[in-house]
Amino acid sequence: MTGVNGENGENGENGVTADAGSVRAGDALPPLEIAITRTLVVAGAIASRDYQDVHHDAELARQKGAPDIFMNILTTNGLVGRYVTDHFGPAAVLRRVAIRLGAPNHPGDTMVLTGVVEDVRGDTATVRVVGANGLGNHVTGTVTVTLPVTLPVTMPGKNAEGPA
Amino acid sequence: MSGKAASGGDGPEDVFALLKAYVGRAAVGGVGKDLVNEPMIRHWCEAMGDTNPAYAGADAIAPPTMLQAWTMGGLSGHGGRSEAYVELLALLDDAGYVSVVATDCEQEYLRPLRPGDRITFDSVIESVSERKTTKLGTGYFVTTRMDVRAGDEPAGTHRFRILKYVPAAGQRRRGGAAGATATGESVAAPRPQRPRPVVNRDNAGFWEGVSRHRLLIQRCLKCGTLRFPWLPGCNSCGCLEWDTVEAAGEGTVYSYVVMHHPPFPAFDPPYAVGLVELAEGVRMISNVVGVPYDRVRIGMPVRLEFERVDEDLELPVFRAVGRGGG
Repeated sequence: MTGVNGENGENGENGVTADAGSVRAGDALPPLEIAITRTLVVAGAIASRDYQDVHHDAELARQKGAPDIFMNILTTNGLVGRYVTDHFGPAAVLRRVAIRLGAPNHPGDTMVLTGVVEDVRGDTATVRVVGANGLGNHVTGTVTVTLPVTLPVTMPGKNAEGPA
Repeated sequence: MSGKAASGGDGPEDVFALLKAYVGRAAVGGVGKDLVNEPMIRHWCEAMGDTNPAYAGADAIAPPTMLQAWTMGGLSGHGGRSEAYVELLALLDDAGYVSVVATDCEQEYLRPLRPGDRITFDSVIESVSERKTTKLGTGYFVTTRMDVRAGDEPAGTHRFRILKYVPAAGQRRRGGAAGATATGESVAAPRPQRPRPVVNRDNAGFWEGVSRHRLLIQRCLKCGTLRFPWLPGCNSCGCLEWDTVEAAGEGTVYSYVVMHHPPFPAFDPPYAVGLVELAEGVRMISNVVGVPYDRVRIGMPVRLEFERVDEDLELPVFRAVGRGGG
């Protein structure tokens, strides 16, 4: 299985959704770098209605044994979902996101999300996602997404690059 | 929370035995504080840097990963936490496991959420781990499983695991004592224990009653039929509404068997297992005590009492009354 970098790399950015038929197990998603800023940590926590002090108050975070504030799990969940839908495009539908956290995301760090398509069944793809930061793996998880299926009558002169 | 005998090790007490009692109990329930709405969706998308057009415009859906956000208590806190969940967290806090971190989140999305949807949710305490030592510190993993609905329709499920722990830094003793990390707890010689009851939403009230030395019988609110053991609905009319009546404690042996074989750990055969008919009319399986196993008889009058089987388990049993005795 080669599959390093699929042909579908830019689907999301063009507003075009990948077709289930063009996605293969082993396809790698292009990495997404996320700068972990203090603003991102706090904005994510507040947008997810999470007012735990360890996500916005560095002093209290330190009292609880952390070196600084850290990203909450809802933000990580949101970023993982975004990573997958960014790649597959707006018509891709998230069905399941299951994540486990490891090393915390502290301000100043960078998290690099990578993903590999593990399995494709019918219109449903399973993507294994890892988000690594300077301390190790912040998140490992699996995302299940359904993709539109076009009839197997492929377009004549199929051109993977452009939505025409 | 009355302090138990010190467990001997340094560091906080192992409260696993107490925590287990909460498995199966309701954790959080309620109605989302806000309807699904465009501003919260937009703020989320801004924070996440998510420009997916599906989340904006006339037919916008909420990002599915917002599922939990609609159930959050926010700054004003959770109104919907159950007594059991509050107690569980307080028990951990009191025992020194004051820090909390989320470790796992598993969500399934069954239906898209759209602005205007009213969210309701309820969750159960699915499991509690034994005490674990992690990089962060020593503590317990608590897993809850939540069903989220939009109106009356299932919208998603949300399994969430937190670690309640004592920070590793906080565990270092001032004197720099004890070279060992808290992993090697000494385990007392394992004495076989009686099986634990499986407590769930349908029978939690029964076990709560037992903990208060009350034997509770369900009563159908529609037809008044009493039922035991506990069930979600009435056997007689199917009605789901019920309340309870407390058994007075009088009963008779309706039938019984004597267990000789096979021997189960923690049980000491031979012993009598009785089907006891309570004065209220329902029947219940329990032990008949206070009389030798071979002297148990059908029709024998018995009286309810509560037997402490071990530190964590108390059971309703029936003691033979009258009959030659003290």
